[in-house]
Amino acid sequence: MTDHFPRPEGTPLTLDWFEGHEVNLSAAERRAATLPTRRTVKKEWQAAWLLRAVSCIDLTTLAGDDTEGRVNRLCAKARAPVRADLLEALGVEGLTVGAVCVYPTMVPHAVRALEGSGIPVASVATGFPAGLSPLPLRLAEIRYAVEAGAREIDIVITREHVLKGEWAALYDELKAMREACGDAHMKAILATGDLKTLTNVYKASMVAMQAGADFIKTSTGKEDVNATLPVSLTMVRALRDYGERTGQMVGFKPAGGLKTAKDAMNWLILIKEELGTRFMMPDLFRIGASSLLGDIERQLEHHVTGRYSAANRHALA
Amino acid sequence: MPSIKDIMQTMEYGPAPESNSEVRAWLDERAAGLGHFINGRFTAPGDDLIEVVNPATEEVIGRVPKGVAADVDAAVRAARAALPKWAALSGFERARYLYAIARHIQKRERFFAVLETMDNGKTIRETRDIDIPLVARHFYHHAGWAELVDDEFPDHTPVGVCGQIIPWNFPLLMLAWKVAPALAAGNTVVLKPADLTPMTASAFAELLVEIGLPAGVVNIVHGDGETGAAIAGHADIDKVAFTGSTDVGRVIRRQIAGSGKKLSLELGGKSPFIVLEDADLDGAVEGVVDAIWFNQGEVCCAGSRILVQEGVARRFFEKLTQRMKTLRVGDPLDKTMDIGAVVSKKQLSRIEALLETGKAEGATLNVAPVELPKRGAFCAPGFFTGTASSHTVSQVEIFGPVATTQTFRTLGEAVALANDTRYGLAASVWSENVNRAIELAARVKAGVVWINGTNMFDAAAPFGGYRESGFGREGGRSGMLEYLALPADKKGKPRPAPTLVPQVQPFTGKADLPEIDITAKLYIGGKQARADGGQSYTVIGKSGQAIGQAGLANRKDVRNAVEAAGKATGWGNVTGHNRAQVLYFLAENLSQRRAEFAAALAASGASPKAEDEVELTIRRAFWYAAQVDKFDGAVTATKSRHVTMTVNEPFGTMGIVAPDEAPLLSLLSLILPAIALGNRVVAVASQSHPLIAARLYQVLETSDIPGGVVNLLTGDRDVLARTLAEHDDVAALWYCGSEEGSAMVEKASAGNLKSTWSDNGRLRDWRDPKQGQGREFLRRACQVKTIWLPYGE
Repeated sequence: MTDHFPRPEGTPLTLDWFEGHEVNLSAAERRAATLPTRRTVKKEWQAAWLLRAVSCIDLTTLAGDDTEGRVNRLCAKARAPVRADLLEALGVEGLTVGAVCVYPTMVPHAVRALEGSGIPVASVATGFPAGLSPLPLRLAEIRYAVEAGAREIDIVITREHVLKGEWAALYDELKAMREACGDAHMKAILATGDLKTLTNVYKASMVAMQAGADFIKTSTGKEDVNATLPVSLTMVRALRDYGERTGQMVGFKPAGGLKTAKDAMNWLILIKEELGTRFMMPDLFRIGASSLLGDIERQLEHHVTGRYSAANRHALA
Repeated sequence: MPSIKDIMQTMEYGPAPESNSEVRAWLDERAAGLGHFINGRFTAPGDDLIEVVNPATEEVIGRVPKGVAADVDAAVRAARAALPKWAALSGFERARYLYAIARHIQKRERFFAVLETMDNGKTIRETRDIDIPLVARHFYHHAGWAELVDDEFPDHTPVGVCGQIIPWNFPLLMLAWKVAPALAAGNTVVLKPADLTPMTASAFAELLVEIGLPAGVVNIVHGDGETGAAIAGHADIDKVAFTGSTDVGRVIRRQIAGSGKKLSLELGGKSPFIVLEDADLDGAVEGVVDAIWFNQGEVCCAGSRILVQEGVARRFFEKLTQRMKTLRVGDPLDKTMDIGAVVSKKQLSRIEALLETGKAEGATLNVAPVELPKRGAFCAPGFFTGTASSHTVSQVEIFGPVATTQTFRTLGEAVALANDTRYGLAASVWSENVNRAIELAARVKAGVVWINGTNMFDAAAPFGGYRESGFGREGGRSGMLEYLALPADKKGKPRPAPTLVPQVQPFTGKADLPEIDITAKLYIGGKQARADGGQSYTVIGKSGQAIGQAGLANRKDVRNAVEAAGKATGWGNVTGHNRAQVLYFLAENLSQRRAEFAAALAASGASPKAEDEVELTIRRAFWYAAQVDKFDGAVTATKSRHVTMTVNEPFGTMGIVAPDEAPLLSLLSLILPAIALGNRVVAVASQSHPLIAARLYQVLETSDIPGGVVNLLTGDRDVLARTLAEHDDVAALWYCGSEEGSAMVEKASAGNLKSTWSDNGRLRDWRDPKQGQGREFLRRACQVKTIWLPYGE
């Protein structure tokens, strides 16, 4: 299923792909509300879906008190996100998370800790989370992280450009960031909680993809409202429209707010229904989360033992 | 079974069945058959049983008796006996019962959901998330009405014993829509569920036992169409409420014509689903899913005619085709299914035959790429492209998961296509521009309009149709009024036959002739018109002498008048202030000619106190002028961030047949409320005193009433009434004539199912404002349109 696909190259800024495109909030909310009620997975299917969710997690620490030790612990968990005996019982081997996501200065620690695992290090950059430091500094920060070994860069956009409809400015900024990323994949964080309207979310998604983003991502985790299903629905629809127009495949990353196994299932259902199975794999879907894994582990243990589990039976991330 | 490792690659859903063991146990206990529920007890099932089939599995899940006249009789007797006590309970006491029903539905929600799915074939997602929650909501809402009925509907009384016949597409929900308002208003009920889906009604009856509802208040008789006819036709039923096909609606209308029974009909539809070029297309695609692929398309208000603006049509159809690929059809008890089984094999064949017709007529059927279960009545969802208005499938209700599509260029064309149907139940409008959306909502002929949504329901929001989709509303205040009566509805003495029988041959008796011959004509399209037949009839005055000649209108005059009324569309669109001014001006002009009208009334012999009658008529004009800009719709609290508006819309062209008594006052008491709300009327004036009409049109002419808004005909009352009743372009008809005439009018009105209001040949005291004017007249002169407008950025 994870056949390779060409890296999305973006397109020239093409306003008429999104200008005048309005997203109806109530309609989006209705669709989002019924997605989890129209679909569900049970038993083996549930276990498989939970494991798939684990493989898509960008295990994240983005706190002011992050240290090498904290990052090392996180990376160890990334290598073995689910207890070995449970994995064995489920008949699955070699499961890791999708990536580890840290601040730029933590990248060297993470790279070291993940050496040989194949797990990429993702770094936030560009003055995360507000993204309001001067552009040269933001670009320099990207280059710093890439040089330190980050293979994925989670950049933040300048919300002002969206709020004022300055699409060319947004496009140019993102294009410059993508260039700074080089071979590292660029995940464009739209900070949808700041953009407020779904129509803004759609337009910002389109511009980010036109500028060559490898992923579009909902949130920094620091806005008042983080990933929601209606916002995610809007973004994946933009992604689908973009794919239909260009043939390019762009990934999607909801971040912030996904805390339970049920949340993970809902988002996977969203992706399956709106984009298809191919987009449920970790090269096209990531979940930015820190506490989600713990809940999934407990659900998996319940699947194996039939008993409800407790947090202290699973290693801390 | 695939391994977890494999599933991690395929990411399939896998089976997710809802358990039905409790329901199976319940069914097993009742395998011998369910009885009727009469007077608080279940009857023995007997031998003549109808097998109830789960359409998804083709298993027989139960048996119910086919109710015969004796069963219906017993049920009606029980309901009649229970009525006085039930009606006499305080609102609070009735509210407690309704509240208990609502609560118990919630306590048994999963049971009812599973049972409904097994009986009907609809998916567990829908019964669990839509049907059963709406049932509970309906009883809650009406517990509130029970509590408030005395405060909110002063002077009203319960109608009495209600016969209710419900369909198979939403079995328990339709039961709730019928039973809740009936009980809240203090009526008792005899209800017949559909023979295809009787199970939840029986379970509901058990719930009524559980909550201790007094015996006889609700009675449930099982059976087929014949049983339904026995209920509708039962002499001791006061009101009939029917939801089902337009054809059966017509049969019932004819069956009970002239019986004096109150009737509400919720019938078929072919509702437009209009997508404008500025719509959120992805949102609209999901709208289609919720419209025609909801409940297997077995929804009377389903958006079954998709109309798309040309500029976005190709993209929209592509998106729709794409969307069909993820639809899941199969075991309705599986929680991952979008579409379950059609209610029966027979219904499936009917759908399939229509789909074949569609293809044969040249349309392309686009079908979802689904594999249907080998057993069961499953139908693949889809939509037609290349359908034209003239195609059978564009006109006939498919009642399956397939919509037709058409494109349009302009908003005006969208309106024309949307309204190009006999039906008028619902419409769905998709646009991000509120100006365009509301314009469409205003111009579409439908009882419910959903903007940027579809199939939204709430107990507080009236639901019901225009045109051949029926009349009457369910839900909210309008719905309650269907189950309440006014004292004036139970009025007095029989009306004597007209004293004057039109004679067209030269009259040689005594005559009281004017100095210069007066020519009384008809008044059509704002012009005085000679009768088409070239005939006049002699009018006899007080002293038995001829006092003049009146035009004798015939069928063609009715046709011409309806034609003229149909053209006067501007009247409904002018402001209430404008219409009020015209009515005030009419009163002013009448006042100026007070003496003349009094003299004419006196000469006619129709009015013992002629001056009083003129005075009352002037007052009545003032009263309706006052009401014009105050008889308003409402904004109803349904869901958060939704404006749900109820608008009182005129019917369009109304027929009015006036009685002989108080010929000026009665005629205007009928015309004024109709035109106050923007209708155009074709009025048949008093048969015996037609010269009053001839004077009246002179006043109309000078009162700035636009031509065609009021058309006056004179002649044989019942001949003209019949033509009006049969006329398919007359939307509503008020008839004040004889008892037989009422029956005739009601029967003849079944053609286009026009809303009729007749007094069954009983006299009304027009001088008494309680009988001769009031909000009831205004209510009868309009139809409620409910517009749902969700908002938010």
